[in-house]
Amino acid sequence: MSAARGGAAMRLRGLLRKEFLQIVRDPSSIAIAFLMPVFLLALFGYGVSLDAEDVPIALVQDAPSRDGADFLASLRGSPSFAPRDAASMAEAERLLREGAVSGIVRLPADFPRRLREAPGAPIQVVVSGVDANTARLVQGYVEGAWGNWLAARAARQGQAMATPVDLQPRIWFNGELRSRNYLVPGLVAIIMTLIGALLTALVMAREWERGTMEALMVTPASMTEVLLGKLGAYFVLGTGGMLLSVAMAVWLFEVPLRGSFWVLWACSSLFLLAALGMGLTISTLARSQFVAGQVAIIATFLPAFLLSGFIFDIGAMPPVVQAITHVVVARYFVAIVQTLFLAGDVWAVIVPNAAALAIMAAAFLAITWRKSRKRLD
Amino acid sequence: MWRRVLALVRKEFLALLKDPKSRLVLVVPPLVQLLVFGYAATFDLRQVPIAVLDEDRSAASRELLAAFGAGTTFVKVAELGSAAEIAPLVDGRRVLAVIHVGPRFADDLLSGRPAPVQVVIDGRNSNTAMVALGYVRSTVERFNAGWMAARGLPAPPARLEMRAWFNPNLESRWFFIPGIVGMLTLVVTMLVTALTVAREREQGTFDQLLVTPLRPGEILLGKALPGFVIGILQATLIMVVARAWFGVPFLGSLAAFYAGLALFLLSGVGAGLLISSLSATQQQGLLGAFLFMVPAVILSGFATPIANMPEAVQLVTYADPLRYFLIVLRRVFLEGAGFALVADQLWPMAVIGAVTMSLASWLFRHRMY
Repeated sequence: MSAARGGAAMRLRGLLRKEFLQIVRDPSSIAIAFLMPVFLLALFGYGVSLDAEDVPIALVQDAPSRDGADFLASLRGSPSFAPRDAASMAEAERLLREGAVSGIVRLPADFPRRLREAPGAPIQVVVSGVDANTARLVQGYVEGAWGNWLAARAARQGQAMATPVDLQPRIWFNGELRSRNYLVPGLVAIIMTLIGALLTALVMAREWERGTMEALMVTPASMTEVLLGKLGAYFVLGTGGMLLSVAMAVWLFEVPLRGSFWVLWACSSLFLLAALGMGLTISTLARSQFVAGQVAIIATFLPAFLLSGFIFDIGAMPPVVQAITHVVVARYFVAIVQTLFLAGDVWAVIVPNAAALAIMAAAFLAITWRKSRKRLD
Repeated sequence: MWRRVLALVRKEFLALLKDPKSRLVLVVPPLVQLLVFGYAATFDLRQVPIAVLDEDRSAASRELLAAFGAGTTFVKVAELGSAAEIAPLVDGRRVLAVIHVGPRFADDLLSGRPAPVQVVIDGRNSNTAMVALGYVRSTVERFNAGWMAARGLPAPPARLEMRAWFNPNLESRWFFIPGIVGMLTLVVTMLVTALTVAREREQGTFDQLLVTPLRPGEILLGKALPGFVIGILQATLIMVVARAWFGVPFLGSLAAFYAGLALFLLSGVGAGLLISSLSATQQQGLLGAFLFMVPAVILSGFATPIANMPEAVQLVTYADPLRYFLIVLRRVFLEGAGFALVADQLWPMAVIGAVTMSLASWLFRHRMY
């Protein structure tokens, strides 16, 4: 009994050693595990931001006036805008069409007169709706400047501003609404999905294609041991990449880690098992490296990018698409890391998502195990 | 020469389409992905889950909160009894926002003082938070306008008249779907090209190809044409679905669309073949494909505007063919651009294509194992 167990341990050690040798000899696996996270996180951590600052806008006054200048000063003073004056509406429209500005604010010639008459003076705001999100931001910024101007003007004239309900927003977890704070943890999840699948997507197919799987079959090592050897080797590599990513998020991008590191560690391990399992499943089902590579390209990046809640809110998707997102491994991990980084150890979020990760990992590994019996066909 | 190239093209198509799994991979996913991603990619929220906490319980507070119940923008998930119940709901992501009306709301409102109303928003996803806050703000503003009009209070001396060109309702889907057309086209070119040379290298058949009368330029042509043909067919199909199914307007000229597509495919196929000819194994080819594809998508301005990136990263985006193609697609779809308006985006893609293609063809002969 003990001899048999010793044999199993020895075989597993041998298999692990073989996998590590293979990893070391083709440096691309090491590049995947360590170079990819550093390269991608650095690029995206700096490059990806939804915070529009210094939005270029064109200001048009049909007839310059003191009232007009007073209002435009409120836009010029705002840190959100980089305003420039346009001589005429035609010029401003040309700038907008060319993409040189994102919006136009125009005061009509009779602005000062209508300011003092009943329905009030109109201020025209034109935005380019092609990028609807930026357009909305610009509208919001103009509204903010307009509100401040109204309040300041009322105060100068000695009246209280008539706002019946005064809305006081309290943004939790990310007070200054820094988009990097939620994008970087999400990126860690996306990048690790890619790495997990990339590491393992070709390994089983490679053994089948090169005929070395048959060589493994005639050894005393069981299929389970072969699988464990592969999983163990790549799990170690993946964990290294993961630690590197988390370290970069915390120290380079200064995203607060409010939850516990050990919970993050545990959830990451579950997630890595699921991501590696997905790669092994692709590899086992495809049996050829070419097809496995194609499937990995299709099934990992874009689904993780678009359907994980990393950037697009899952709650806003139609029910059918929401149901589809449940098969995207990254979805559960994005929810966990966003909460762990920004909110802390919220068990109501962590437990169900971690359970889902465990189920997915088990399912992928079970499929791999069932489909890779010692059999020639 | 053409007979030789055609023979090679025929062989490449056979290699791609003979395996039923590979055939399936090329045809089904792009369509399914367009449908799923087309619905998923939007920043507009619907049915935002909210909770309300009314400590005032007056007619005025009920009127305000009723404004949040009307329409499909918000869904009231819970009515809270005390402020202590806010944290568990928000922490656990059960609601995105909590509207908190204080006990002196009606007193303040009726005596003409600004009546504070607090809104707590889950800021974990700052963009969603900002959009939700915008919805809450416009609901409150409508309430304010109605309240003032009903009581004959003076309106503000100036008002904003907002208009949006090209996309009057600011549907963010119109922005994203042309982008998805570009992304899926990129993925297809990678699928077809990134592993082809690497596979032949790994199996040793590339050496055989090199001793045939085919010149490197002809091998390049034979390897590039399948990607080109499949890319054109798929992009056309995806474009038609975007137009017919999602109703995204296609206002520009088809000539501008196909000119952009052809040059983008040239640069994409070139990049794919360059990656493939640099790799000795398919594992390396796959790594290269990801190292190109992922940055190309994220830095293209698909979801996060290039203008928001730091200067240094903005410079990197000039090497990204998808950046130019997305601008072409958006101008052609939404702004109704003709050939002249997209010309400035076409030549950079041609340059990228020429550079990658010639490098790939040079590497065919000069990288041997």
